[in-house]
This record gives sequence, structure tokens and C-alpha cells, in this order.
Amino acid sequence: MKIESKNKGSSKIPTASIADIVFLLLIFFMSVTVFKEYQGLRVELPAAKATKKIEKKRMITHIWIDAQNHINIDDMMVNLEQVTPILKKKMIENPATIVSIRADSRSKYGVVARLLEKLKDANALRVNFATLTKS
Amino acid sequence: MALSIQKKQHYRQEAEIPTASLADIVFLLLIFFLVTTSMNPDKGLGMTLPPPGEEVKLTKKNILSVYVNAQGQILVGDKVIPIENLKETVEKRIRENPKLVVSLITDVDAKYSSMIDALDRIKISFEELKKENPQFKERISLATPVF
Repeated sequence: MKIESKNKGSSKIPTASIADIVFLLLIFFMSVTVFKEYQGLRVELPAAKATKKIEKKRMITHIWIDAQNHINIDDMMVNLEQVTPILKKKMIENPATIVSIRADSRSKYGVVARLLEKLKDANALRVNFATLTKS
Repeated sequence: MALSIQKKQHYRQEAEIPTASLADIVFLLLIFFLVTTSMNPDKGLGMTLPPPGEEVKLTKKNILSVYVNAQGQILVGDKVIPIENLKETVEKRIRENPKLVVSLITDVDAKYSSMIDALDRIKISFEELKKENPQFKERISLATPVF
């Protein structure tokens, strides 16, 4: 009798709870994950100390400006004139759109300023200048 | 004797549900989501632009103009100052006049990074004041350059 009970105790490892724990983690990661929709351009972002996180991840539209002053929205190379109609459409789909401007630190401010004017015309007023965190 | 053994076996079969494979499947999914999640969130300096066509008229007294020229030099009011002093200067001016609106006027040919650098310092000075008074509002305006 004694030997039997000892054997039973050592052979069973409780694995039932592992599934629960992993499920919990899985649900967390599933809810947090936002798939990268677009590749964008290769840019060197400027750094700033006042950098803050954007809370509403799913409302962001990215606009890339590289060092050669090319503008890219959703993996499409666009002219300045095309910016307003594209953004207008996005604003209709989601009026709370936040535009994140991912401009290269070497690009000219003139291009960014012109872009801001186009965003104003499209009524896309919540903008965010993407930066890296400077310590 | 024989009856008791049979009973034992019967009990065991009912109690065990195979959950070992479930953990494997969920682990696989977990690893997939772990790999695809980008943990570096979108960060940046937030601004709200004024609506188009709406130009707010301000008295000159309540505007602090900060100019950034093509060489990246900073001019506050009418004095050239080193960029390291921008935060202190802006903070001091706002303390003197809490209604002050900081207008950042950047040259078209200036580098984007010098504009961000100036904007960053202005934002920090507003943040310092916000620490003292949480109701304090950030008033920064990005001037439209003449193209």
C-alpha cells in the first residue's frame, strides 16, 4: 500500500493550469498586437526629450518624408496635391484620425510646412511629429 | 478482488481529460503573437493644428515669436540666443505673462531636426509650468511660412 501511493504522487505533474496561464498571456498579446500595415520609407527620426506615446494606436495614419523630400502615405508615393484628397477620405472613415509625420531629420522644414497646410485643408488637425526618445 | 480492480480503472478513465496538447497549441499561438507584436509604440510630439481659414488675432503683447533660421540659429523676440537657453528664456517669459502664445516660425530652408529641437524645448518649458499648475494650457502655434 505504501509503495503504491508513493508511485502515484511522483508520476503526475499538474499541466492543466499551464494552459490557463498561457491562454491568459495569449489573450493579452492578441489584444495588444497591431499589425504593421505599411512598410514606409527608411527615415532617420529626430530625437526629442518631450516625446510622448500615442495612446490610440488604431487611429494613426502615417506619412513618411525621407531625406530626399519624398512623401509617402500608406506605401504610395504621392505629390503634395494628392495629400488633401487622401486625408479627406481618411477623415470621413474615422474623424478622430491622428496623423503621425515620420519625417527624416535631414529633410527640409519647407516640405513639412507645406504638408501641414494640406492637412489643415483636409481638416486632419491632430498631428504628431514622430521622434525618438532623447535621454 | 477482481471487482475492486475493475472499479479503479473505470474511475481513472473518467477523470482524465487530455489537456496536454492544448497547452502546446496555445503556446504556439502565443509565440506567434509574441514575435509579431512590435513593442516600440508610436511616439512623438503631439500638436493640434488650427482649423483652415481661422486666423486667431492676438495682440502683439501676448505673442512670443521664436524664429529658427536656415542655419539653425534661434531668435527669441529680437535677440539671438543659444539653443541651450531656449527653455529657460521661454519659461521666464511665460511666467511674466501666463497668456503668452509661443509662435514657432521656422525658415523653409531650415532642417527639420532644428525645428523639432526648438519645439521640443518649448514643449518642455510648458511641461515644467504644468507641473506647478496642472490647469496650465500649452499654447504653441506653428507659423505658416511664406513659400
